Amino acid sequence: MTVIMDPTNERAPVARQISARPPALSGTVALLDIAKPRGNVLLDRLEVLLKARAPGIEVRRYSKPTFTKPAPEGLRQQIRAEADFVIEGLAD
Amino acid sequence: MRQLPAFLLEQPDGTGVSFPSGRRALVCFVKEDCPTCNEVMPLLEALHRAFGAHLDVLLPGQTADGNAELTDRHALTVPILDDSRLKVSFAFDIDTVPTLFVADADGREQQVLVGFVRDEWQALAGRLAGELGVPAPAIDWSALPSWRPGCGSKSVDPLIADRLRAEAENSPLRARRIEIAAQDDPFEFMFDQGFSDGLPLVPPTPERVLRMLAGTRRDPQEVVAVMPPNMGEATVEKIAINAVMAGCRPEYLPVVLTAIEAICTDAFNIHGVMATTMGASPVIVVNGPIRHRLGMNMKLGALGQGNRANATIGRAVRLAVRNIGGAVPGGTERSTLGNPMKFTMSFAEWEERNPWEPLHVERGFAPDDSVVTVFAMTSGPVQMVDQESRTAAQLAGSLGMCLEAAFNPKMHYSTDVLMVVCPEHVDTLIRDGYTKADLRARIQEITARPIRELVADARSGAGFKEAVAARMSPEELDRRLPKFRQDSDIHIVVAGSDAGKFSGAFHGWATGEIGSQSVSRKIEEAD
Repeated sequence: MTVIMDPTNERAPVARQISARPPALSGTVALLDIAKPRGNVLLDRLEVLLKARAPGIEVRRYSKPTFTKPAPEGLRQQIRAEADFVIEGLAD
Repeated sequence: MRQLPAFLLEQPDGTGVSFPSGRRALVCFVKEDCPTCNEVMPLLEALHRAFGAHLDVLLPGQTADGNAELTDRHALTVPILDDSRLKVSFAFDIDTVPTLFVADADGREQQVLVGFVRDEWQALAGRLAGELGVPAPAIDWSALPSWRPGCGSKSVDPLIADRLRAEAENSPLRARRIEIAAQDDPFEFMFDQGFSDGLPLVPPTPERVLRMLAGTRRDPQEVVAVMPPNMGEATVEKIAINAVMAGCRPEYLPVVLTAIEAICTDAFNIHGVMATTMGASPVIVVNGPIRHRLGMNMKLGALGQGNRANATIGRAVRLAVRNIGGAVPGGTERSTLGNPMKFTMSFAEWEERNPWEPLHVERGFAPDDSVVTVFAMTSGPVQMVDQESRTAAQLAGSLGMCLEAAFNPKMHYSTDVLMVVCPEHVDTLIRDGYTKADLRARIQEITARPIRELVADARSGAGFKEAVAARMSPEELDRRLPKFRQDSDIHIVVAGSDAGKFSGAFHGWATGEIGSQSVSRKIEEAD
């Protein structure tokens, strides 16, 4: 972890910038199973709902080898390359 | 058993109370605006009355005014100790008030109660009574709630926790620390946060900022300027952080600090310079011995890239204006086109190649003073080409003709100019004995136009309005106006390589009191 000193006048909180919200749901949605028990149940249901409500989209499934560690670099790159959105079944 | 931190705090009467004292102690941190603390104050008073002969009841209170209010509100006889600087709260590493520590005679922790759990407090009172052989305090426990969470300790308030940590570590750094997660790229993170001018920044780690601060004798918390547009406090530390990001070496810092003092004066008016749609930015000229110590470029390519001091001093100033002052393009920085000088523009004058007085001496400083001069430019360096003139009058005439274009050839008395005369042009001027005054006078002479030529017409709507001209007499219309309102609006420095007949000019912004006036400041630390 790197620590840096805030160069600003500190009037605004430090925040990660969130990606701009797309105007519409289109393209490919990644569903990432982090390998926690029953995460797949949640994602199965989400896939059904997504396909019903946004028929034009493609849903792709991905999974992490273990929930205890960050997603491997290769998997993150793959999702970034293949998908426009990602929904992660985070924790239980 | 944890050894609790020793402390010495003042009671309201000004006398000190120390911990450990050789007696057992109850140490309870309290804060006036916390409802749970108010709930337990009568209990603490009762514990003090019951056990005070045998143990110390020590109540560090977190706000000076609040401590007095608590004492009055609950008619306390037990003194509340002044921990309004929060050093003891921080040292005890508490998150919550009230937090009650039970300590033995040597100050070792025996028990900790966080918040208020009635059964815990009741059990403690009973146990202490038994151990000390005194009656338990008369408390109607059934009237009290069974549980109340505490409140956040003031020592973990995000606004001050970093300062407390720095003080505890005896660090001069007080700025907020930002932790960048291991998976984040620090360079991308700084772009995302909007700290950058568009180019990569050096991450301002605490280590680098400390090294940068070694470049000045000034106190890191000294407020160098209150910086528009957001009136952010530009402390030495904050400026040092921006100087690290810009790529400065520590020895550049005194120049950056002085330049920031200069641009934040009412005369220079950095607010207007940043906010104008015209696209202005400070040019920083450095004079005096410090030029050599920093290895600044004043010769070949002085106004260009390739020299770290030239490149980063100007950038540090601009980053400080962005990050501390809050002047961000699209916010209060509203330049129509912008200009590349907004990244950085600083250079040194080649005084040794200058046959005249250098800029700082002309402005009243001693030759041995190191001085920063700031000038608000809107365009330039505009190249002024004349490879043919062999007399001073011809060459000065050429320079004047080039300067007519500042703003618009029909706009006279509108701006000022910073001329950078190249050595070969200097030689031509000096051969005919030209002084700076002669050069200025010739420029004014050659640019002078009858007012009737400066009136709005079919060629150009700029200049004097037709209605104004219509009220002028023929004599007035024949009066010749030079380009600049006064000769002193032509600022002159010498820089550039020995070869090449190419001088430069930075055209100014609105000048005088309504706009920006060039400001020179001595770098006090440079001696």
